[in-house]
Amino acid sequence: MKTFRIGGVHPSDNKLTAHCPITQAPLPSQAVVLLSQHIGAPAQCIVEKGDQVKVGTLLARANGFVSANIHSPVSGTISKIDNVADASGYNKAAIYINVEGDVWEESIIRNDELIRECQLDSQAIINKIDEMGIVGIGGATFPTKVKLMPPRDMTAEVLIINAVECEPYLTNDHALMLAKPDEILVGISILMKAIHVERAYIGIEVNKPDAIELLQQKVQSYTGIEVVPLQCRYPQGGEKQLIDAILRRQVASGALPISTGAVVQNVATAHAVYEAVQKNKPLIERIVTVTGEQLSQPGNYLSRIGTPISQLIETAGGLPEHTGKIVLGGPMMGRATANIDTPTSKGTSGLLILPEEQSHRHEPSPCIRCAKCVSACPMGLEPYLLSRAVAVDNLEIAEEHHIYDCIECGCCSYSCPAHRPLLDYIRLGKGKVMNIIRNRSTEKKQ
Amino acid sequence: MNKLVVSPSPHIHSGLTTAQCMYGVLIALLPAFFVSLYYFGLGALLVTVTAVLSCVVFEYLIQKYLLKGQPTIANGSAILTGVLLAFNLPSNLPLWIVVIGSLFAIGVGKMAFGGLGNNIFNPALAGRIFLLISFPQQMTTWPRPQAFNMALDGETGATTLNILKRGNIDEIINIDVMEMLIGNAGGSFGEVSAIALLAGFAYLLLKRIITWHIPVSIIATVFLFSFFVTLHEGIEYALIFAELQIFSGGLLLGAIFMATDYVTSPMTRGGMILYGVLIGIITVVIRLWGAYPEGMSFAIFIMNGVTPLINNYMRPKRYGEVAKNG
Repeated sequence: MKTFRIGGVHPSDNKLTAHCPITQAPLPSQAVVLLSQHIGAPAQCIVEKGDQVKVGTLLARANGFVSANIHSPVSGTISKIDNVADASGYNKAAIYINVEGDVWEESIIRNDELIRECQLDSQAIINKIDEMGIVGIGGATFPTKVKLMPPRDMTAEVLIINAVECEPYLTNDHALMLAKPDEILVGISILMKAIHVERAYIGIEVNKPDAIELLQQKVQSYTGIEVVPLQCRYPQGGEKQLIDAILRRQVASGALPISTGAVVQNVATAHAVYEAVQKNKPLIERIVTVTGEQLSQPGNYLSRIGTPISQLIETAGGLPEHTGKIVLGGPMMGRATANIDTPTSKGTSGLLILPEEQSHRHEPSPCIRCAKCVSACPMGLEPYLLSRAVAVDNLEIAEEHHIYDCIECGCCSYSCPAHRPLLDYIRLGKGKVMNIIRNRSTEKKQ
Repeated sequence: MNKLVVSPSPHIHSGLTTAQCMYGVLIALLPAFFVSLYYFGLGALLVTVTAVLSCVVFEYLIQKYLLKGQPTIANGSAILTGVLLAFNLPSNLPLWIVVIGSLFAIGVGKMAFGGLGNNIFNPALAGRIFLLISFPQQMTTWPRPQAFNMALDGETGATTLNILKRGNIDEIINIDVMEMLIGNAGGSFGEVSAIALLAGFAYLLLKRIITWHIPVSIIATVFLFSFFVTLHEGIEYALIFAELQIFSGGLLLGAIFMATDYVTSPMTRGGMILYGVLIGIITVVIRLWGAYPEGMSFAIFIMNGVTPLINNYMRPKRYGEVAKNG
């Protein structure tokens, strides 16, 4: 069975919500819509305090090529435009909307009828995706239209749909595949048309046999789409790892993934593309897996973007007594937050509630050079060496050993028997080294 | 409600700890220990207990009073050093020599370099080699194995390696390989039973404490090298000779438990194989043409010193190096 060739770990699944169907979460009383929900420049706000908005009203416009439109996820009145601490912990500009009723823009088609045919041509599809504010909602939140417009000297040969969901606990993609297989497949066909490719592979790990079976059955009535079952291994959902797993090709250091001929899109993004192109629906809601062993009603909740996480936790049965940590995203790459008013954004795939006893790190002990981090690193780096170089501030060594290639998947820290905070150091050093490289190239230009 | 913890990802851990790795190796050494108790009795037990106790005590004292730090004897690494040192000694070695070996292993082999993780040489090996050079007579007087042996000064005799070194073909062909597999042979008491050591190897692989690369490359190299060197005597003899090289001396103990010491062995798979092959070559060279009958300890020791160099040149295969269609 296929999988990627370098490194990787196999944490326990803990997919507690694997068999929970999608449940509609109640509307929040106030939505907090961040202007920066994507990689790239924050969107430019085009509304003011006191404005009345409907679900789907454009709130902020993409500011540059790598940016994305943001639409109102609720209907009501703009109460203020202010800062809020997002998942990163930093204060970011956001639009606060007092929710009144649930009135949608008339242009949005709100029935469940499947529309298979798409008359638009490639450019029109990309424009539509751009207009509807679609970003990669697997977590990286890269504006989708950018990925659909490769640089002139590169051409897409194949579309890869990322339905791997390798992060433990998360099941939002799984639930979506079981509920909306046809919508996903139409979305994939639309994406294939947009980038002019004849083939698409849907990579799914074998811990979701029901989704594999269902999609394998459904793809028969679509052309060029194939389901590829993958061995369970983290971080298979990483773009580079997935390309390697499915195509046996690797992205050179610093190169764009498209250099391998592959465009990778998340399965939920394909679904969002379907809704955007066929139903005129902007990206205003998404499925969030709210999970944790102590939660009384964990589940896959369809919720409006901008819902404060406190409300989602309430929906899932309330914050358990001995909660020690709240993670936005999965346990391997998600961000912990201390602020339960943090709003969800387009990239919030999950909300993980960890009990007190699982929230603290162990005391680190000396490195015993067991090489587990070296064999776990999916980028073929040497985390023990990089972390030590950064600890003594020897950034030349860190650069020489390709610290900038780190994808921050966490496999090294996860597998270290000495509990060394390897990724903490590497992340720190990576930032510094990237800065040095940037400065060097601007100096050269001058 | 308590305050929420905020820390960078990852938020989960494999659960494996340093202590688990160390105790895992100790469990893997149990079969060999039981066999040595059977054949070498009280002597093996006393030497092991003495080595373990003195290693742990020396590590504790040095950490606490010389380095003025927090002793970390609970992680099991000093216990492991003690057991490995003991397994490399004759069972009738005077206990005061065992204590000196332990002091050298922990004090010079490990703590002088900065403690766990920083030592260049395998501490147990350092201790053994120190004793071999300082007390050559006591260190090469091997008691004969005898079931349920309670005597401390039993009969002594030649080891298989001595016979191989003498190179008398008739004598070599008459060695009973089966007895060697079980452990009914002379030598350091932890090294004698091939089956017990291989059982430990299987356990280490199963628990993923070590990978196959170092032991297999050492064993394969020793076998092939000694086979080809004696091929002129005929294939049948060369096969027996090569086979005896594998099962005699500390080869299996060294390949499985000493050369695979995390701290002193290379970090990449390729590096591990190179390291193993070189250990194999040096071992056979010493055994066949050197002054000592046994070359395993020296081979590992030499390669310990080469490990930083190997780490420097044998890098892991990076993602994207093969760019397209790799």
